[in-house]
Amino acid sequence: MSAVTAPAGYTEVAGQPRHWYSRLPLHLVLVVVSLIWLVPTVALLVSSFRPPAEVNATGWWTAFQLPFNFTLDNYSSVLTRNNLGQSFLNSLFISIPATVIPVMVAAFAAYAFAWMDFPGRNALFVLVVALLVVPLQSALIPVLQITTAAGLTGTFPAVWLAHTGFGLPFAIFLLRNFFGALPRDMFESAYLDGASPTTAFFRLVLPLSVPAIASLVIFQFMWVWNDLLVALILVGGFPRVAPMTVTIANMVGTLGQNWHLLTAAAFVSMVLPLIVFFSLQRYFVRGMLAGSVKG
Amino acid sequence: MDVGTGVLAVVVVVGVPAITVLYALATEWVLRFLPERGRPRLRPWLWLLPAFAFIGIFLVYPTVYTVVLSLMDRRSEEFVGSANYVDLFGQPLFWQTIANSVMWLAFFTTITVVFGLIVAVLTDRVRYETGVKALIFIPMAISFVAAGVIWNFMYDFNPEVGTVNAAAGALGVEPQAWLFEWPRNTFMLIIVGIWMWVGFAMVILSAGLKGISTELLEAARMDGANEFQVFFRIIVPLLAPTIAVVGTTIVIVALKTFDIVWVMTGGQFDTDVIGTLFYEERFTNRDAGAASAVAVILLLTIIPVMLFNIRRFKAQEATR
Repeated sequence: MSAVTAPAGYTEVAGQPRHWYSRLPLHLVLVVVSLIWLVPTVALLVSSFRPPAEVNATGWWTAFQLPFNFTLDNYSSVLTRNNLGQSFLNSLFISIPATVIPVMVAAFAAYAFAWMDFPGRNALFVLVVALLVVPLQSALIPVLQITTAAGLTGTFPAVWLAHTGFGLPFAIFLLRNFFGALPRDMFESAYLDGASPTTAFFRLVLPLSVPAIASLVIFQFMWVWNDLLVALILVGGFPRVAPMTVTIANMVGTLGQNWHLLTAAAFVSMVLPLIVFFSLQRYFVRGMLAGSVKG
Repeated sequence: MDVGTGVLAVVVVVGVPAITVLYALATEWVLRFLPERGRPRLRPWLWLLPAFAFIGIFLVYPTVYTVVLSLMDRRSEEFVGSANYVDLFGQPLFWQTIANSVMWLAFFTTITVVFGLIVAVLTDRVRYETGVKALIFIPMAISFVAAGVIWNFMYDFNPEVGTVNAAAGALGVEPQAWLFEWPRNTFMLIIVGIWMWVGFAMVILSAGLKGISTELLEAARMDGANEFQVFFRIIVPLLAPTIAVVGTTIVIVALKTFDIVWVMTGGQFDTDVIGTLFYEERFTNRDAGAASAVAVILLLTIIPVMLFNIRRFKAQEATR
């Protein structure tokens, strides 16, 4: 499902030549909708480069009058003085392991669900489907008790473990569906050649599933990168390990109307997702679509 | 942050795949001690074990235990029966929260799906489809927190700063404090959700739309059907299953809403939803019992969607 791809081509009704102006309202509507969707992000981006005195006194739309007056000070300020540089690193330290662990663990289980026979296989997989939509809130209080009892609250591993638990049902679901669609003959000939399931898994299944794994990795990474609730509850009171979402949510409370700082901070948190979006759009959209079932 | 945690993170990234390989080899080694016939019987369970250990400890047990905690006092020490629920139902704040969540459910879901469908149908007819769709999909990439900052800035009271009040001013409307007055503030928060999620609805519905044969649509047009009839009599009925899938997804997003409200109003001015009430009960009021009761209520509202998904999954499996 490559969703954001070339249009299938709208065919005009045969025998009815249309003039370009008959489609003018259509173009107009689409341009207006696009502008409305773009303006909030552009407003943020432009404001983040304007000097504080101007951001808080004149509209961002006036920034394009000569003489231009843009600055990087807001960024250097939030990155150093508001702890955002540290939070950026924390977001990476949280997101990367919280992506690697569930994907690897899920691949194992997905292979068992797709290509091994065992009693209760279907019932167990229905459980996985059911768990997809369980909301974070309904598990978080006991999870906090567990991490506190283990002395992990306020550390990265607490967040890694929680995101692994929350991310696994979807990861298993996605990979099992992909593995299950691989051709059966391939496994039969591999087993005839004496390959063990382990060999088949590492030599055949994983290499052939790179597109599905890429979509899953992107989805899980973005999910963790953009998560506020889990981080807030497990490491929210520990600024040294808090990710950007937590730091920015706190800045909104403390900085209030300092738009030059808030806009810069928000944009720092958006840079990585936007780069991923534009460079890996196909996998990104696929992952988002498949992951939409997740609670 | 100390160097130690950074090193730990690197160790985890390199170590997890290594451990996985070792685990796979270890399972094969263990299985060698079994008689040949027993191996295929034990093997699947060894492959499932790591995943279900995580799911059991960090998802299933906590969810079940939340139900238990909802029947205990604020410090989870004594059983209090249904007292937490009775207390909740007696609070005006709870009913305010439910009213807001119902608003999210009704307006966020409907508008997102309808608007996503309209945009999907319209972009299908132009050559610059890809560009428009990418543009509308972008908000899906950013966090709710960043979106909250973006829209707080849009809604700023000062018409020299806030875009929405500037636009209102151009139309002769006085500057408004968009987030102060209920129910308008909840609507303004819902707009943020719509801005983020229309792209998702659009992309899925657009993919469904490509599956409808153009001959069918052309035949209807040749028979004299106008574009509205084509849309309501052919496109909508044929897309109904896709619309249901998109709708259920967005219903879940609506029910779990937390970040937008938390960042933009902190639940003040009567904007609380179930997600923020849960957090406030646990961390502002330090009442684990009440917070768990809220979480259980949230879980109960999601069960119909869960059953719908299971039914859909079983139907899909039947046709595999």
